[in-house]
Amino acid sequence: MSIGASWYLVLAAILFTIGAVGLLVRRNVLVMFMCVELMLNAANLTFVSFSRSLNDIGGQVAVFFVLVVAAAEVVVGLGILVAIFRRKSGATADDAHVLKG
Amino acid sequence: MPHGLVLAAATLPDALTFAIAAAVSIIGAFGVVLSRNPVHAALMLVMTLFGIAVLFVEENAQFLAAVQIIVYAGAIVVLFLFVIMLLGVDRREQIFAGGLVGQRVVAVILGVLVLVEVILLAHHRWVTGAHSVAGSLSSSSSNVAQLGRSIFTTYLLPFEVTSALLVVAVIGAIVLSRRPRRRQGEVGIAEPVVDPDGLGLPGDAGPEGAVAGTGAPDGVRVVSPPEEVGAR
Repeated sequence: MSIGASWYLVLAAILFTIGAVGLLVRRNVLVMFMCVELMLNAANLTFVSFSRSLNDIGGQVAVFFVLVVAAAEVVVGLGILVAIFRRKSGATADDAHVLKG
Repeated sequence: MPHGLVLAAATLPDALTFAIAAAVSIIGAFGVVLSRNPVHAALMLVMTLFGIAVLFVEENAQFLAAVQIIVYAGAIVVLFLFVIMLLGVDRREQIFAGGLVGQRVVAVILGVLVLVEVILLAHHRWVTGAHSVAGSLSSSSSNVAQLGRSIFTTYLLPFEVTSALLVVAVIGAIVLSRRPRRRQGEVGIAEPVVDPDGLGLPGDAGPEGAVAGTGAPDGVRVVSPPEEVGAR
Protein backbone atom coordinates (compact mmCIF):
# COMPACT_ATOMS: atom_id res chain seq x y z
CA MET A 1 0.00 0.00 0.00
CA SER A 2 1.34 3.39 -0.90
CA ILE A 3 1.23 6.64 0.99
CA GLY A 4 -2.15 8.10 1.83
CA ALA A 5 -3.32 11.05 -0.22
CA SER A 6 -3.45 13.37 2.77
CA TRP A 7 0.32 13.36 3.07
CA TYR A 8 0.62 14.62 -0.48
CA LEU A 9 -2.02 17.24 0.18
CA VAL A 10 -0.25 18.48 3.30
CA LEU A 11 3.04 18.60 1.43
CA ALA A 12 1.36 20.53 -1.39
CA ALA A 13 -0.10 22.93 1.17
CA ILE A 14 3.33 23.53 2.66
CA LEU A 15 4.87 24.14 -0.76
CA PHE A 16 2.03 26.49 -1.70
CA THR A 17 2.50 28.41 1.53
CA ILE A 18 6.22 28.77 1.01
CA GLY A 19 5.58 30.03 -2.51
CA ALA A 20 2.93 32.49 -1.36
CA VAL A 21 5.08 33.88 1.44
CA GLY A 22 8.00 34.17 -0.94
CA LEU A 23 5.85 36.05 -3.42
CA LEU A 24 4.90 38.49 -0.69
CA VAL A 25 8.34 38.81 0.87
CA ARG A 26 10.75 38.97 -2.03
CA ARG A 27 11.23 42.15 -4.05
CA ASN A 28 13.14 40.72 -6.98
CA VAL A 29 10.66 40.19 -9.79
CA LEU A 30 12.40 37.10 -11.14
CA VAL A 31 12.33 35.40 -7.75
CA MET A 32 8.67 36.36 -7.40
CA PHE A 33 8.09 34.58 -10.70
CA MET A 34 9.83 31.50 -9.38
CA CYS A 35 7.57 31.58 -6.33
CA VAL A 36 4.56 31.60 -8.65
CA GLU A 37 5.98 28.49 -10.31
CA LEU A 38 6.31 26.93 -6.88
CA MET A 39 2.63 27.58 -6.16
CA LEU A 40 1.65 26.11 -9.53
CA ASN A 41 3.64 22.99 -8.75
CA ALA A 42 1.94 22.63 -5.40
CA ALA A 43 -1.42 22.80 -7.17
CA ASN A 44 -0.19 20.16 -9.65
CA LEU A 45 0.72 17.87 -6.80
CA THR A 46 -2.78 18.28 -5.41
CA PHE A 47 -4.29 17.46 -8.79
CA VAL A 48 -2.26 14.28 -9.12
CA SER A 49 -3.09 13.23 -5.57
CA PHE A 50 -6.81 13.61 -6.17
CA SER A 51 -6.44 11.88 -9.52
CA ARG A 52 -5.09 8.85 -7.73
CA SER A 53 -7.41 8.89 -4.76
CA LEU A 54 -10.52 9.37 -6.89
CA ASN A 55 -9.30 6.95 -9.56
CA ASP A 56 -9.81 9.52 -12.31
CA ILE A 57 -7.48 10.46 -15.17
CA GLY A 58 -8.96 13.98 -15.33
CA GLY A 59 -6.63 15.29 -12.64
CA GLN A 60 -3.59 14.34 -14.68
CA VAL A 61 -5.08 15.97 -17.77
CA ALA A 62 -5.53 19.14 -15.71
CA VAL A 63 -1.86 19.00 -14.73
CA PHE A 64 -0.96 18.65 -18.39
CA PHE A 65 -2.85 21.83 -19.23
CA VAL A 66 -1.37 23.64 -16.23
CA LEU A 67 2.08 22.79 -17.55
CA VAL A 68 1.27 24.24 -20.96
CA VAL A 69 -0.24 27.40 -19.50
CA ALA A 70 2.71 27.81 -17.13
CA ALA A 71 5.13 27.63 -20.04
CA ALA A 72 3.17 30.28 -21.97
CA GLU A 73 2.91 32.44 -18.86
CA VAL A 74 6.63 32.31 -18.22
CA VAL A 75 7.41 33.24 -21.81
CA VAL A 76 5.12 36.28 -21.79
CA GLY A 77 6.09 37.32 -18.26
CA LEU A 78 9.80 37.20 -18.93
CA GLY A 79 9.21 39.12 -22.15
CA ILE A 80 7.48 41.83 -20.13
CA LEU A 81 10.35 41.84 -17.63
CA VAL A 82 12.93 42.23 -20.35
CA ALA A 83 10.89 45.06 -21.87
CA ILE A 84 10.69 46.81 -18.48
CA PHE A 85 14.32 46.40 -17.55
CA ARG A 86 15.46 47.68 -20.89
CA ARG A 87 14.20 51.06 -19.70
CA LYS A 88 14.78 50.79 -15.96
CA SER A 89 17.89 49.35 -14.45
CA GLY A 90 16.45 48.13 -11.14
CA ALA A 91 15.48 44.55 -10.57
CA THR A 92 12.85 44.97 -7.87
CA ALA A 93 9.11 45.30 -8.05
CA ASP A 94 9.34 48.73 -6.41
CA ASP A 95 11.24 50.08 -9.39
CA ALA A 96 8.31 49.32 -11.68
CA HIS A 97 5.54 50.84 -9.59
CA VAL A 98 4.27 53.18 -12.26
CA LEU A 99 2.56 51.97 -15.39
CA LYS A 100 4.02 54.79 -17.40
CA GLY A 101 7.21 53.74 -19.08
CA MET B 1 -11.86 8.77 7.00
CA PRO B 2 -10.94 7.28 3.63
CA HIS B 3 -7.77 9.26 3.06
CA GLY B 4 -6.37 9.51 6.53
CA LEU B 5 -2.82 10.24 7.48
CA VAL B 6 -1.74 6.63 7.31
CA LEU B 7 1.97 6.28 6.91
CA ALA B 8 2.39 3.15 8.98
CA ALA B 9 0.42 1.04 6.51
CA ALA B 10 2.65 2.03 3.61
CA THR B 11 5.53 -0.19 2.62
CA LEU B 12 8.94 0.96 3.64
CA PRO B 13 10.30 1.85 0.16
CA ASP B 14 7.22 3.94 -0.57
CA ALA B 15 7.43 5.74 2.75
CA LEU B 16 11.16 6.32 2.33
CA THR B 17 10.74 7.63 -1.22
CA PHE B 18 8.00 9.97 -0.15
CA ALA B 19 9.97 11.26 2.81
CA ILE B 20 13.12 11.92 0.83
CA ALA B 21 11.29 13.55 -2.09
CA ALA B 22 9.21 15.68 0.25
CA ALA B 23 12.29 16.81 2.15
CA VAL B 24 14.06 17.67 -1.11
CA SER B 25 11.02 19.63 -2.31
CA ILE B 26 10.66 21.62 0.89
CA ILE B 27 14.37 22.38 1.16
CA GLY B 28 14.35 23.56 -2.45
CA ALA B 29 11.29 25.72 -1.84
CA PHE B 30 12.94 27.38 1.15
CA GLY B 31 16.02 27.86 -0.98
CA VAL B 32 14.00 29.65 -3.67
CA VAL B 33 12.60 32.06 -1.11
CA LEU B 34 15.71 32.60 1.00
CA SER B 35 18.66 32.60 -1.39
CA ARG B 36 20.10 36.02 -2.04
CA ASN B 37 21.35 35.29 -5.53
CA PRO B 38 18.65 34.76 -8.20
CA VAL B 39 20.78 32.11 -9.91
CA HIS B 40 20.84 30.08 -6.72
CA ALA B 41 17.08 30.53 -6.44
CA ALA B 42 16.63 29.12 -9.95
CA LEU B 43 18.81 26.11 -9.13
CA MET B 44 16.86 25.52 -5.93
CA LEU B 45 13.70 25.64 -8.03
CA VAL B 46 15.13 22.79 -10.13
CA MET B 47 15.61 20.82 -6.92
CA THR B 48 12.00 21.32 -5.91
CA LEU B 49 10.76 20.37 -9.38
CA PHE B 50 12.82 17.21 -9.28
CA GLY B 51 11.37 16.25 -5.92
CA ILE B 52 7.87 16.81 -7.21
CA ALA B 53 8.64 14.70 -10.28
CA VAL B 54 9.69 11.86 -7.98
CA LEU B 55 6.40 12.25 -6.15
CA PHE B 56 4.58 12.05 -9.50
CA VAL B 57 6.30 8.73 -10.20
CA GLU B 58 5.32 7.58 -6.74
CA GLU B 59 1.71 8.38 -7.60
CA ASN B 60 1.82 6.49 -10.91
CA ALA B 61 1.84 9.59 -13.10
CA GLN B 62 4.91 8.66 -15.11
CA PHE B 63 4.17 10.81 -18.14
CA LEU B 64 3.69 13.90 -16.01
CA ALA B 65 6.94 13.20 -14.19
CA ALA B 66 8.81 13.09 -17.50
CA VAL B 67 7.09 16.25 -18.73
CA GLN B 68 7.83 17.93 -15.42
CA ILE B 69 11.55 17.33 -15.87
CA ILE B 70 11.62 18.14 -19.58
CA VAL B 71 9.42 21.21 -19.63
CA TYR B 72 10.02 22.75 -16.23
CA ALA B 73 13.61 21.91 -15.46
CA GLY B 74 14.68 21.76 -19.07
CA ALA B 75 12.91 24.75 -20.55
CA ILE B 76 11.38 27.07 -18.00
CA VAL B 77 14.25 27.22 -15.54
CA VAL B 78 16.71 27.57 -18.40
CA LEU B 79 14.60 30.50 -19.63
CA PHE B 80 14.77 32.00 -16.14
CA LEU B 81 18.54 31.62 -16.05
CA PHE B 82 18.79 33.08 -19.54
CA VAL B 83 16.85 36.18 -18.52
CA ILE B 84 18.84 36.52 -15.28
CA MET B 85 22.07 36.50 -17.25
CA LEU B 86 20.63 38.79 -19.92
CA LEU B 87 19.49 41.40 -17.43
CA GLY B 88 22.64 41.10 -15.36
CA VAL B 89 20.83 40.79 -12.05
CA ASP B 90 22.88 37.82 -10.88
CA ARG B 91 24.25 39.58 -7.86
CA ARG B 92 23.55 39.28 -4.18
CA GLU B 93 20.77 41.37 -2.79
CA GLN B 94 19.28 42.23 0.54
CA ILE B 95 16.16 40.14 1.11
CA PHE B 96 14.94 41.89 4.23
CA ALA B 97 15.30 45.49 3.13
CA GLY B 98 12.87 47.86 1.49
CA GLY B 99 9.21 47.30 0.90
CA LEU B 100 6.32 48.42 3.03
CA VAL B 101 6.45 48.69 6.79
CA GLY B 102 5.66 45.39 8.42
CA GLN B 103 5.16 43.71 5.07
CA ARG B 104 7.17 40.61 5.88
CA VAL B 105 5.52 40.04 9.24
CA VAL B 106 2.09 40.26 7.64
CA ALA B 107 3.22 37.98 4.81
CA VAL B 108 4.43 35.28 7.19
CA ILE B 109 1.26 35.54 9.28
CA LEU B 110 -0.88 35.19 6.16
CA GLY B 111 1.17 32.22 5.03
CA VAL B 112 0.76 30.44 8.35
CA LEU B 113 -2.97 31.11 8.21
CA VAL B 114 -3.20 29.60 4.73
CA LEU B 115 -1.23 26.55 5.82
CA VAL B 116 -3.36 25.96 8.91
CA GLU B 117 -6.54 26.39 6.91
CA VAL B 118 -5.53 23.93 4.20
CA ILE B 119 -4.32 21.34 6.69
CA LEU B 120 -7.56 21.63 8.64
CA LEU B 121 -9.46 21.11 5.42
CA ALA B 122 -7.31 18.12 4.56
CA HIS B 123 -8.45 16.37 7.72
CA HIS B 124 -12.07 16.45 6.73
CA ARG B 125 -14.14 14.87 4.07
CA TRP B 126 -14.28 17.33 1.22
CA VAL B 127 -14.93 15.25 -1.90
CA THR B 128 -18.38 14.48 -3.19
CA GLY B 129 -17.52 10.92 -4.05
CA ALA B 130 -18.10 11.26 -7.79
CA HIS B 131 -15.68 8.98 -9.55
CA SER B 132 -14.26 8.54 -13.03
CA VAL B 133 -15.75 11.37 -15.01
CA ALA B 134 -13.02 11.26 -17.63
CA GLY B 135 -11.77 7.72 -17.35
CA SER B 136 -10.66 5.28 -14.76
CA LEU B 137 -7.04 4.95 -13.74
CA SER B 138 -7.37 1.31 -12.89
CA SER B 139 -7.64 -0.07 -16.40
CA SER B 140 -4.93 -2.30 -17.73
CA SER B 141 -3.39 0.15 -20.20
CA SER B 142 -0.40 2.27 -19.33
CA ASN B 143 -0.46 5.75 -17.91
CA VAL B 144 0.63 7.37 -21.18
CA ALA B 145 -2.05 5.53 -23.14
CA GLN B 146 -4.74 6.53 -20.67
CA LEU B 147 -3.66 10.15 -20.66
CA GLY B 148 -3.41 10.28 -24.43
CA ARG B 149 -6.82 8.72 -24.91
CA SER B 150 -8.37 11.15 -22.48
CA ILE B 151 -6.71 14.20 -24.03
CA PHE B 152 -7.62 13.25 -27.58
CA THR B 153 -11.21 12.30 -26.85
CA THR B 154 -12.73 13.99 -23.82
CA TYR B 155 -10.44 17.00 -23.73
CA LEU B 156 -9.88 17.47 -27.44
CA LEU B 157 -11.28 20.99 -27.63
CA PRO B 158 -9.22 22.35 -24.71
CA PHE B 159 -6.19 20.69 -26.25
CA GLU B 160 -6.76 22.50 -29.53
CA VAL B 161 -7.37 25.78 -27.71
CA THR B 162 -4.02 25.24 -26.02
CA SER B 163 -2.32 25.48 -29.41
CA ALA B 164 -3.94 28.87 -29.95
CA LEU B 165 -2.70 29.92 -26.52
CA LEU B 166 0.85 28.90 -27.41
CA VAL B 167 0.72 30.83 -30.68
CA VAL B 168 -0.51 33.91 -28.84
CA ALA B 169 2.28 33.53 -26.29
CA VAL B 170 4.92 33.26 -29.01
CA ILE B 171 3.61 36.33 -30.82
CA GLY B 172 3.40 38.23 -27.54
CA ALA B 173 6.97 37.36 -26.65
CA ILE B 174 8.18 38.53 -30.05
CA VAL B 175 6.25 41.81 -29.82
CA LEU B 176 7.42 42.47 -26.26
CA SER B 177 11.06 41.77 -26.87
CA ARG B 178 11.29 43.73 -30.10
CA ARG B 179 13.40 46.80 -29.58
CA PRO B 180 11.23 49.85 -30.26
CA ARG B 181 12.42 52.31 -32.84
CA ARG B 182 13.78 55.33 -31.07
CA ARG B 183 12.27 58.60 -32.15
CA GLN B 184 14.29 61.68 -32.93
CA GLY B 185 15.60 63.41 -29.83
CA GLU B 186 14.31 60.79 -27.40
CA VAL B 187 16.83 59.31 -25.06
CA GLY B 188 16.27 56.14 -23.12
CA ILE B 189 16.25 56.44 -19.35
CA ALA B 190 18.78 53.93 -18.24
CA GLU B 191 20.01 52.76 -21.57
CA PRO B 192 23.71 52.82 -22.22
CA VAL B 193 24.80 55.04 -25.03
CA VAL B 194 24.93 52.73 -27.97
CA ASP B 195 24.24 53.12 -31.62
CA PRO B 196 21.37 50.71 -32.20
CA ASP B 197 20.55 51.34 -35.82
CA GLY B 198 23.92 52.31 -37.15
CA LEU B 199 22.86 55.82 -38.04
CA GLY B 200 25.24 57.48 -35.63
CA LEU B 201 24.59 59.45 -32.50
CA PRO B 202 24.45 63.24 -32.34
CA GLY B 203 27.99 64.50 -32.34
CA ASP B 204 29.34 61.25 -33.58
CA ALA B 205 31.47 62.42 -36.41
CA GLY B 206 33.52 59.42 -37.22
CA PRO B 207 36.92 59.61 -38.71
CA GLU B 208 35.61 58.37 -41.98
CA GLY B 209 33.64 61.50 -42.62
CA ALA B 210 30.18 62.97 -42.25
CA VAL B 211 27.25 60.70 -41.58
CA ALA B 212 24.11 61.17 -43.55
CA GLY B 213 21.28 60.14 -41.26
CA THR B 214 18.35 61.06 -43.45
CA GLY B 215 16.97 59.05 -46.22
CA ALA B 216 19.16 56.06 -45.55
CA PRO B 217 17.61 52.70 -44.76
CA ASP B 218 18.17 51.22 -41.34
CA GLY B 219 21.49 49.67 -40.72
CA VAL B 220 23.17 51.40 -43.65
CA ARG B 221 25.79 53.97 -42.89
CA VAL B 222 26.13 56.36 -45.77
CA VAL B 223 29.67 57.59 -45.86
CA SER B 224 30.96 60.31 -48.04
CA PRO B 225 33.45 58.93 -50.51
CA PRO B 226 37.05 59.38 -49.52
CA GLU B 227 39.23 61.82 -51.31
CA GLU B 228 40.66 60.25 -54.37
CA VAL B 229 44.26 60.52 -53.45
CA GLY B 230 46.49 60.34 -56.39
CA ALA B 231 43.77 59.78 -58.92
CA ARG B 232 44.75 60.59 -62.39
